[in-house]
Amino acid sequence: MEAFILIGITGIGLGALYFLIASGLSLIYGLMGVLNFAHGSFLTVGAFVGFWVASKMGFETTIPEFILAMIVGGLAAGLFALLIEQLLITRLYERHIDQALVTVGVSLVVGAVLGGWFGNDLRMFPTPMWFLTAIDVGGAQIPADRVIYISTAILLLIGNWALLKFTRIGLIIRAGVENRHMVDALGINVRKAFSTVFFLGGFAAGVGGVLVSVYSNGVSPLIAGSYLIYGFIVVVIGGMGSVPGSFLAAMLIGIIKQFANYYATGLGDFVVVILLAVVLLIRPQGLLGKVRA
Amino acid sequence: MNALTVKDLHVKIGESHILHGVTFDVPAHKVTALLGRNGVGKSTTLKSIMGLYQGTGSIELNGSQILGTPTYKIAQAGVAYVPEDREIFSSLSVRENLALASRSKNNGEAYKTIYELFPELDSRATQLAGSLSGGQQQMVAIARALLNENEILLVDEPTKGLAPKLVTEVASALMKVAHQTTMLLVEQNLALVKRVAENIIVMDQGRVIFQGGPENLSDPAWVHQMLGVSGGHK
Ligand SMILES: Nc1ncnc2c1ncn2[C@@H]1O[C@H](COP(=O)(O)OP(=O)(O)O)[C@@H](O)[C@H]1O
Ligand SMILES: [Mg+2]
Repeated sequence: MEAFILIGITGIGLGALYFLIASGLSLIYGLMGVLNFAHGSFLTVGAFVGFWVASKMGFETTIPEFILAMIVGGLAAGLFALLIEQLLITRLYERHIDQALVTVGVSLVVGAVLGGWFGNDLRMFPTPMWFLTAIDVGGAQIPADRVIYISTAILLLIGNWALLKFTRIGLIIRAGVENRHMVDALGINVRKAFSTVFFLGGFAAGVGGVLVSVYSNGVSPLIAGSYLIYGFIVVVIGGMGSVPGSFLAAMLIGIIKQFANYYATGLGDFVVVILLAVVLLIRPQGLLGKVRA
Repeated sequence: MNALTVKDLHVKIGESHILHGVTFDVPAHKVTALLGRNGVGKSTTLKSIMGLYQGTGSIELNGSQILGTPTYKIAQAGVAYVPEDREIFSSLSVRENLALASRSKNNGEAYKTIYELFPELDSRATQLAGSLSGGQQQMVAIARALLNENEILLVDEPTKGLAPKLVTEVASALMKVAHQTTMLLVEQNLALVKRVAENIIVMDQGRVIFQGGPENLSDPAWVHQMLGVSGGHK
């Protein structure tokens, strides 16, 4: 029973990390049709800037200092995403293959520059001591950092929902995911919504980058790669353009992966790919995705 | 005075040349019906005016060139569009569909007008637009276009696929609006066209083949020759 709880909660924690990267990917694809391969570099930028802020505090941070590092990392990644959108993506509006190539290019450049500058070895992320303690949940000893992953993902999910539900820009984004030409035909410049979505997606990925560095025991330009791939898998399974769909799929994948790995090391990736194939076969629009007109 | 002047408009979609030099005027404060058989390019013409397709030639709105302008600026300049497939946002509520469309804060009067035309939209405000009937969706699409001050309304087959009772309701709403605006209306229902149109344009194979008054619509031979339907008795 304890093992069951531990694996389950670790799976949810991992799912939370996947969600942070997938939420932005999903909205960016849903609204603009852009497969944003640069999203992993948003994660990396957030991780490095967050690391830089946290390192100013010493080898260890307090919880407020850590949260500050996470927010600054998120903001830096959001601004970086906005820059990429303004400089590159807007010039390639509706040219999807070129967008994919350019965003792959961005991720290679960011990885190479940071790798050249800092090297590719892991550098310890200064975390609060509390992260190393364990919390008792039904007899299972849960590492405390999982709590941060899960609560951050839930906060971002709620923030995202509130923004989409209660603001005008949120309304424009939801309508644009469904039919962006009609939004334009109503006299609304839908490209402004694109910039907002890039910033928000970058912010979530940047926050995710800080948390991924904690989970992977350090920052490095190489950590983003596998999370980007999982991010895309989550988006496809959850449904392009659906943030709640991404949340559901991220949790499902995190949990399934952890349980599969418990029974046989390495089985997790395999099971996730099988799940992806099954969803593509029986529900190609994803769990909560809509069939496009 | 013409609200809209289209001259020698050529439009290609991919490799196919759809509009071959379309030329016509839409006089201000009148309803102009754009007629023609299926597939002659009526919807493509409206979409091109809206900037949704690129083309060459000239499209002037009150004397200013709008061809080549981004769609959202054309809409802001006062061109309102009710598309053939309604294109309401099905995952948004009725209220959200209307709120999205309304660009002015000072919209109390406009809301009053559309709720008078379509009281159902008020009582169904929180319903998801995707769950409405075809007729109700059409009301949302028309209301959306009436929420802002417009120079011209482009309306594409508003009664298509509607039950007879709803055709009457939508038609009477259009007739009420017709007095206050300039309208370019694509419509297959000739009875409706005869009641509202003061001016007609007929297209065939990507070209305009007739522009003039609606008198000819009472001549069955003319209707049959121009539109390929027997419409005189309707
Ligand atoms: N997106 C498109 N791609 C290719 N051809 C199109 C497209 N839309 C319309 N057409 C073609 O353009 C012609 C005119 O279509 P349309 O403007 O919809 O006609 P109408 O509204 O008069 O029935 C038709 O032959 C149609 O097949
Ligand atoms: Mg048509």
